[in-house]
Amino acid sequence: MKHKKAKKYGMVIDLDKCTGCGSCMVACMAENNVPFRKDESNKLLSITWLRVYKLTNGKPFPNTDICYLPRPCMHCEGQHEGHPPCVSVCPAVATDYNIETGIVSQIYTRCFGCRYCMASCPYHARYFNWWDPVWPDGMEKYLSPNVSPRMRGVVEKCSFCYHRYQLAKEKAFMEGRRELKEDEYQTACTQACPAGAITFGDLNNPNHAVHRMVKPDPKHHGRPTNPNAFRLLERLGTNPKVYYLSSREWVRRAGDNYLETEAKLKKTVHHS
Amino acid sequence: MKIGRRSFLSFLLGGAAGTALSPLPWKLMDDSSIWTQMWPWTPVPEDGEASYVNSSCTLCPGGCGISVRKIDDRAVKIEGMNGHPVNNGGLCILGLSGLQLLYGPTRVKTPLKRVGKRGQGRWEKISWKDAVSQVAETLGDLREKGQSHTVGFISDSDRGTVPRLFERFLAVYGSPNLMRTSSIIDSYELTLYLMQGAQALPGFDFENANFILSFGSGILDGWGSPVRMFRANSTWCNTGGKVIQIEPRLSNTAAKSDKWIPINPGTEAALALGIAHVIIKESLYDAEFINYYSEGFEDWKHFVLDEYGPDSIATLTGIDSTTIIALARSFARASKPLAICGRGQGTTPGSLNECMAVHALNALVGNINKKGGIFAVAEPDYINWPPVEMDAAAAAGMQKDRLDGAGGKKYPFSRYLLNRLPQALNSGEPYPLNALFVAGTNPLYQMADNKAVKKAFDKVPFVVSFSSYMDETAQNADLILPNHTYLERYQDIPTPAGMPKPVIGLSRPVVEPLYHTKHTGDVIILLAKAMGGNIADAFAWNNYDECLKQTLGYKWQVMVEKGFWSYPDFFVQTHEESFDTVSGKFEFAPKETGLPQEFKPVGIDGDKTDYPLLLIPYDSIRLANGVIGDPPFVMKTVDDTVLKGTDVFIEINPKTAGEHGLREGQLAMLRTPVGKARVKVNLFDGIMPGIVALPRGLGHTAFDDYLAGKGINFNELMGPVEDSVSGLDAAWGIRVKLAKA
Repeated sequence: MKHKKAKKYGMVIDLDKCTGCGSCMVACMAENNVPFRKDESNKLLSITWLRVYKLTNGKPFPNTDICYLPRPCMHCEGQHEGHPPCVSVCPAVATDYNIETGIVSQIYTRCFGCRYCMASCPYHARYFNWWDPVWPDGMEKYLSPNVSPRMRGVVEKCSFCYHRYQLAKEKAFMEGRRELKEDEYQTACTQACPAGAITFGDLNNPNHAVHRMVKPDPKHHGRPTNPNAFRLLERLGTNPKVYYLSSREWVRRAGDNYLETEAKLKKTVHHS
Repeated sequence: MKIGRRSFLSFLLGGAAGTALSPLPWKLMDDSSIWTQMWPWTPVPEDGEASYVNSSCTLCPGGCGISVRKIDDRAVKIEGMNGHPVNNGGLCILGLSGLQLLYGPTRVKTPLKRVGKRGQGRWEKISWKDAVSQVAETLGDLREKGQSHTVGFISDSDRGTVPRLFERFLAVYGSPNLMRTSSIIDSYELTLYLMQGAQALPGFDFENANFILSFGSGILDGWGSPVRMFRANSTWCNTGGKVIQIEPRLSNTAAKSDKWIPINPGTEAALALGIAHVIIKESLYDAEFINYYSEGFEDWKHFVLDEYGPDSIATLTGIDSTTIIALARSFARASKPLAICGRGQGTTPGSLNECMAVHALNALVGNINKKGGIFAVAEPDYINWPPVEMDAAAAAGMQKDRLDGAGGKKYPFSRYLLNRLPQALNSGEPYPLNALFVAGTNPLYQMADNKAVKKAFDKVPFVVSFSSYMDETAQNADLILPNHTYLERYQDIPTPAGMPKPVIGLSRPVVEPLYHTKHTGDVIILLAKAMGGNIADAFAWNNYDECLKQTLGYKWQVMVEKGFWSYPDFFVQTHEESFDTVSGKFEFAPKETGLPQEFKPVGIDGDKTDYPLLLIPYDSIRLANGVIGDPPFVMKTVDDTVLKGTDVFIEINPKTAGEHGLREGQLAMLRTPVGKARVKVNLFDGIMPGIVALPRGLGHTAFDDYLAGKGINFNELMGPVEDSVSGLDAAWGIRVKLAKA
């Protein structure tokens, strides 16, 4: 049997096109049976696998600027492939890195809610179920059978709509194919984005749009070579598989969260 | 053996060590996590056969195509329809949460008759038969007494088969009082009528335009057909098209535009004329269009050159004159420029002069009925029913003046003036209303100064709502005749807002009706049949579905298969034949009104000494402010700088806040001449000093606990201001004072 090259599914979000409309957030909630509560204005408790952040450049009127930044799970590769921050700390193997797809899983029935992963995730991409989910009478009818509703006491996060991958795989197998086409497996947010700002695909496949857009450098864990592309908190070495594009410099800088005194600090703190 | 301190301690320690080494703690921890997770109330969604049904979304006038995923007979997800001319796969936040409306707790499940006082929420379930015969009896009595004209009907639209059924019913029954929810479309219709002689809707060829001059239109905040606008914006990103956004607040549209130009609110018309001044002065206009296809340019030109020089406009608008001149030049020199208006989502009509001044800019650059420009799109003429036969009672009723004064002496050009209804109801002039029907709209929430609107409605002895949901208007009705939701019914959707070509969408049942609801079209047909005589004769169909199928004729089959009908033989009229004015040309100063598009400030409520600041509403795509409120999913996306708990935030410039001694997150009291509200302060650099902005779409008193009681309804704080030419609501804000709470 011919050796198959592993996939590395990733996402590119064009922040010049993103309008902050929130369609991706709701498409995700509807696809993944995400629960909701009466008051969702405490954002630390509000479960949003994909959250759109509002960034500002901090300048006074009239030079103020806003940029929206959608944040799914980054599906970090880690310092060495397969070692994202959350996977390394999980005592229950409830979250794992799939070498075949590069997707970081979350297995709710294994999770016992210690929340180490939440503490270790630098992107706040993980959420804890403090309450059992409750749907108003009759509303549980719209729940999708492809994603299990979670229960109190477990952590959940974006799965890159892994069930869609499984369904697409099954369909391809039924048709006698072993490889998926680019458009066969797309996440719910990618599909819903009215601005076409999200692109999803295999970063290892040079024919896929995501690869062409960021030109990942395989020697440096996929660091983008497109000058407008960046990853969040690049210097932490988490090597995320979600890339952002922006033509605005202040946005790219905000992506790496520099403090004003950062340039000086970097020189003094750098040891190795 | 004696149990001493020593042996006791070693027993405890030994026991602890032994237990720790045994699998017991791990087993218990594992078990407890399993026990606390395996509650029977965590739902396990049933699996089944997956399928997709294509339909159209009618939650806003955007008319997107949707593809609904089903598992057996349950709808589990709404997605955008690929290949649809409006949205091609994408979908907005509200459309995506539609299933929460279908399966949600706010559905009205059966006809309800009020038993307590109005608004008390005490209802009695009645059968459809009783409900229809009760309405028929009331209407019959009124007609017998010669008061058929005292029946009014408010609809969200006047286009498509269902609103046309209302119109037909009122005509044969004998009442002129059909009213439509107003929006910027009203102003555009009047503008096209007065300047081009066209009875048409505005269509914008955004996809081919490359320089958009937007006078506050929330292109990315829900203006027009929202998903189409998002897509157009991405096209401009790819092709280098420019967007210039003129508004006092850094909205999402302004943030994404190529240039944001803050302006003193309410002076947009003056800026448009100032830009016209520069274009004319520097001869940058399209001479061919002006010379051959326009009328009255010379007079208008002198007027604009005399009155609207960049220096005086700069003082008025707060934009410096070099910016105005540069803007005029780049607009006129662009290959496909397009100027648009309608603040925010375009929910208020605004002043007619403003709309005409902006439209005149399009004429100056000659982009009327041209690729990348603005089109007058005639209504698709697929509804060809035989004319109704009116008896003497109907004819007499139809002769009466309309209650809202539209088409009367004062406002001869306007067709509907819903904003004038409350004052007519309150004064009882020209006559009181005895019955009011409300369909597809929620005036007690949506109309300016909604408390006054409620008082006015209280004067009407019989109010009937057709709402599928328990909204504010339904709550205060006497009878609710619940319609199927949009996912349970057939309906035609004529040309979505702003489309440059006519297209008819089809909404169709995705699931069987869940409850004991009835299609409003069916209710009208049943009502006509119950009334008998020539009213029944005018409705020859057995039911609404039959009526729709017959009306669409050969188009039906195509629409069922494709989900929409686009006119293959549609072509753009040449300039020679597209203007139906007296002169046969585009009229800069329409003779009918005798008015040039001068700038007349809209008289905003409140005086400057008592109310030093200006309050403006802002629209967000994440806050539905039409007939539907935010479903729970959409509420989840509302930022905590917009709503926290039940407190809404105002946006205010840090400088202005400092002058009022207000800090971030502090509570403040907002007072306008119309109302007051407790708000929290959000310091935002992206807003002009001296202005306070508050979101639309909150402060519901109806719908579910996820929405009701949160924030303030903007309409409680602002009243309508009548436009002197159109009679439409021209208010864009109100004066306000702010103090620490």
